[in-house]
Amino acid sequence: MAEPIKVPTMAEMNAEGKFPEVLFWVGCAGSFDDRAKKITKAFVKILNKANISFAVLGTEESCTGDPAKRAGNEFVFMMQAMQNIEVLNGYEIKKIVTTCPHCFNTLANEYPELGGNYEVVHHTKFINNLLKEGKLTVEGGTYKGKRITYHDPCYLGRANGIYEAPREVIQRLDAELVEMRRCKSNGLCCGAGGAQMFKEPEKGNKDVNIERTQEALETKPDYVAAACPFCNTMMSDGVKSSEREGQLPVLDIAELIVQAEDL
Amino acid sequence: MEIHFGWQNIVFMVALGVAIHFFSRSFKKIWRNIKLGKDIQRNDRSSERWGIMARVAMGQTKMVKRRYVAGFFHVLIYAGFILINIEVAEILIDGILGTHRIFAEPLGPVYDAAIHFFEILAVLVIVACVVFLWRRNVNVVDRFKDLKGWPKKDGNYILIIELVLMLALLTLGAAEANMDSMNHNGWVISGLLAPIFSGFSQETLHVIERAAWWFHIIGILLFLNYLPFSKHFHIIMAFPNVWYSKLEPKGQFSNNPAVKKEVEMMMDPNADPFAADAGGEETEEPDRFGAKDVTDLNWVQLMNAYSCTECGRCTASCPANITGKKLSPRKIMMDTRDRLEEVGQNIDANGGEFKDDGKSLLDDYITREELWACTTCNACTEACPVNIDPMGIIVDMRRYLVMEESSASSQINTMMTNIENNAAPWAYAQADRANWINE
Repeated sequence: MAEPIKVPTMAEMNAEGKFPEVLFWVGCAGSFDDRAKKITKAFVKILNKANISFAVLGTEESCTGDPAKRAGNEFVFMMQAMQNIEVLNGYEIKKIVTTCPHCFNTLANEYPELGGNYEVVHHTKFINNLLKEGKLTVEGGTYKGKRITYHDPCYLGRANGIYEAPREVIQRLDAELVEMRRCKSNGLCCGAGGAQMFKEPEKGNKDVNIERTQEALETKPDYVAAACPFCNTMMSDGVKSSEREGQLPVLDIAELIVQAEDL
Repeated sequence: MEIHFGWQNIVFMVALGVAIHFFSRSFKKIWRNIKLGKDIQRNDRSSERWGIMARVAMGQTKMVKRRYVAGFFHVLIYAGFILINIEVAEILIDGILGTHRIFAEPLGPVYDAAIHFFEILAVLVIVACVVFLWRRNVNVVDRFKDLKGWPKKDGNYILIIELVLMLALLTLGAAEANMDSMNHNGWVISGLLAPIFSGFSQETLHVIERAAWWFHIIGILLFLNYLPFSKHFHIIMAFPNVWYSKLEPKGQFSNNPAVKKEVEMMMDPNADPFAADAGGEETEEPDRFGAKDVTDLNWVQLMNAYSCTECGRCTASCPANITGKKLSPRKIMMDTRDRLEEVGQNIDANGGEFKDDGKSLLDDYITREELWACTTCNACTEACPVNIDPMGIIVDMRRYLVMEESSASSQINTMMTNIENNAAPWAYAQADRANWINE
């Protein structure tokens, strides 16, 4: 099996007088949620494999403030944002990559007005670029003839217009990309956005993630691909309450690569 | 060219004057209502804005996206509206001067070609209106099923009026085709319809021709005055509404400037919170955080409400609505307009001053349950053919609930407290944030 992962922190790098090419913003889900931590590690393995000089903030990182902002709490959001910007600017960070579309959206779109100007890249785009540039290669074998359906996270897709990068990665895996009825700009939310992740849904006749999972199942997929830790949770829960419980993996784009490459 | 100026033309000019007077009065009132909203800077990147207006409003690009039947027939009615109005310009001139088809002589064959084309268009508009009436009343499309009362009637009235106006136009041509005084035998459609009136006396034909002419133009003037009270006002507002679209990425929410100032002060160790503003004494009452009523929204959001034609594409694509929650983005826009109208009438009734009526957009129109059902997924803003943003209103109202009333659910409050205390929405210590590395 592969060697242990190498994850330098900004503080360590700084102490050695080094500066990474890119800061990996892990996010709260990626740091604490058991399922999302696997995505974090998968992405680190890819960074290690491609010999990317990166660092994380470690214990200096804190929530971007996204869920508070979506819930309407500008105070909490701005406190978080300004503290984070102080840390980021203190390290003179120029480029950030993140596995979470919510962190991505907040850092890229809402921080500049508050004094945080960085080049922010979502990991699907980052991985796609590594593949394009040849810094990362994948053998298609694992997914040959497999059907993969991709769920567009709202905060990556509609919110920021990124539809193609994750799809290009899937196509590079030699897999058959099968689209759901509602996809790309017409994609259906998983149900977690707008702080819904942290509350019970309002009264209705169905949960949003069930509706979305059923749509995914209609494509008869071998894998459901996601690109957001929250979407991943929602879709995984959806699959658990479906007839394909235990037989249909919901994987992040980074995990698809790691599995293919046995990293 | 013959000019028969007489009492008919005087009547016509009076009718036109009255119609314009009342329409501009209604329009001014709506504009006044829109201006009740807070100021917001939306005239940056103007060349980009003209481009979007050309594509989305004039070019109907979002209208035809994914909804082919509605899109196709809407384009027909839209084209009919724009092009047949060229003929209305002629009718207006004829009506004032006492001429008859004043453009016919100078334009010659071009004129004939134009009228042929307009007549075909008129038939297509009639077909489109029938299709739309069918989709609203017989084989009802899902998104129209929850329209009841006035909104349902409004939709039908508009289609029936358009249909009847087009029929009047064709009747006019068909009667003319039989008249000896006219030197033509009708155009492509009116020529086909002409036999209906064959054998009628010249006097009768003249009466029918005049009646159709008057019916058509008076109908248009009345319709013009119906617009400000109808969802059909979108035919005017769609254009400015699209011009003032949000150009930032859909995921970018505005940063509240008042909160920003306060937080900056909190984080600045040298700030003196009791220091007077450099500008002198502060006399103005500070703005509310977020929106409780329509006047807390910005004017673009209020213009959005007058631009909405209640097509329901937003609601049909809303994940909350699809799964049976109370939220409907269309209702958010309709409620905003209804409440704004109510506030406007209140101001009119009280000599230009709003008298507190104990009501507000929140609770009296939009419930908290609706607001908390939103996933901020932007499906509604994506679906809207004229770039209306219901989500922005929902978020502004959430801001009021959270920052002014502290009335979020306990789960949301826990999430926010966790962020404040642990820098994560869950109750994990920040010191453990890097533990995953060695797990």
